[in-house]
Amino acid sequence: MSSGDTAWILISTALVMLMTPGLALFYAGMVRKKNVLSTMMMSFGILAVIGVLWVLYGYTLAFGPDKGGVIGGLDWIGLRNVGQDPSSTYATTVPHLAFMMYQGMFAIITVALITGAVVERIKFSSLLIFSVLWFTLIYCPVAHWVWGSGGWLAKLGALDFAGGTVVHITAGVSAMALALVLGPRKGFVEKHPMEPANIPMVALGAALLWFGWFGFNAGSALASGGLASNAFVATNTAACTAAITWMSLGWIHRRPSLLGVATGAVVGLVAITPAAGFVTPLAAIPIGMVAAAISFYVMMWRSRQKVDESLDVWACHGMGGTWGALATGIFASVAVNSAGADGLAYGGAILLAKQAAAVGVVWVVAFAGTWIIAKAVNAVIGLRVKQEEEVVGLDISQHGERAYGGL
Amino acid sequence: MKKIEAVIREEKLEPVRAALEGIGVYGMTVAEVSGRGREKGIPLQWRSGEYMVEFLPKIKIEMVVLDEDLGKTLNTIVTKARTGERGDGKIFVLPVENAIRVRTGDKDDNAI
Repeated sequence: MSSGDTAWILISTALVMLMTPGLALFYAGMVRKKNVLSTMMMSFGILAVIGVLWVLYGYTLAFGPDKGGVIGGLDWIGLRNVGQDPSSTYATTVPHLAFMMYQGMFAIITVALITGAVVERIKFSSLLIFSVLWFTLIYCPVAHWVWGSGGWLAKLGALDFAGGTVVHITAGVSAMALALVLGPRKGFVEKHPMEPANIPMVALGAALLWFGWFGFNAGSALASGGLASNAFVATNTAACTAAITWMSLGWIHRRPSLLGVATGAVVGLVAITPAAGFVTPLAAIPIGMVAAAISFYVMMWRSRQKVDESLDVWACHGMGGTWGALATGIFASVAVNSAGADGLAYGGAILLAKQAAAVGVVWVVAFAGTWIIAKAVNAVIGLRVKQEEEVVGLDISQHGERAYGGL
Repeated sequence: MKKIEAVIREEKLEPVRAALEGIGVYGMTVAEVSGRGREKGIPLQWRSGEYMVEFLPKIKIEMVVLDEDLGKTLNTIVTKARTGERGDGKIFVLPVENAIRVRTGDKDDNAI
């Protein structure tokens, strides 16, 4: 056991926890003011619910001793055999409990990310039920495939340092599927103006995400040392590059907006996530630049469709995660991380093929699985609030409170 | 007594207020409002692309003045609120039936 590693993993765990409230602020600033609280409540509700389910059964499904490459066994249900001593399989220099909780924070934010697609119209009770089902049936298996010891995508050799595939592709693609089942907000197709309630809040949320992301990526080294430092520098470099790129694209089209810089930074962070511990810090520059350009134009294209994937989880996390996973296949180097592989830029074409295979599998599973879960929840209890509840706003109709009250 | 409803640019409130004070007209109620006229809306930046804001922020001044003060009051507002560009606003004048000062119960012209 290493006290340095343990300290870093505990701190990283707290950093990743803070990302979910950060996400709440990031999303809530972009909705109309009648839905600010409901948007934040989705993230906080998921933080609470998944935080309990993870220790009860999520951790063992995702990381428990492997069953045929597809799921973890129930040996660690309710934290049975998960204690203060290190695991023999994962992060062997820190207490098993620390590793368990660190991974739990990833599960929480992945589910919360999806909510950006469905703000301002989804019924809170239905969202919670969807979240529990999605966490159990999509997140835990996919996390096992990629990160679990014996998981079939891990055995294939696909690399995902901190969750480009597990977190961002699953969330982004699922967000699109859920939004398609739920349907657009009232007034979206008619292009009624929907003004963001509070852009400073978006910026604060982006700042907390950025800050927390150091725990997310550098913490994924699962040790305090050189590799964590590499991931840390790559993470910041990608965020900055993507922010500049997004700002420039906005400037070319009209103006450099704060909303654009905040979004660009997040997209850069998404894209570097799978790569941070496999690529050099300078490789983060092309990764961040291309990620911002892809997401910028995909978002523009999406907004012209009749698809109300409201806060562009698919364009930001789905696309950023996909590019990041493929970029890992291009820029990865064993000189950075001997546990990785050489990518295309270092003469290893096979890694890119493996990355593409993992991306394809997770896209299909996330989209199809989410579609089925969403249809089922919709059929049994309905996903959407009543029309008059949507008009009055979800803060009042779902939660009985308002964000900005009084004279 | 006449009621004046003047919708003006936000930045013109202070010049208008000061000039009215200069001619001895003190009372007014002010609200931040949203409105549109020939100026129409403006595009603002979304994350990529933009969205239209159809109503722009304006200040609405409501005041009731004596008939003999009406001309100079309107003149002052128009002079001080004007830039010559679209979006300078509008002024409406309405008749007033009754006025009461809450503190004393004074009525009509005495209440102004």
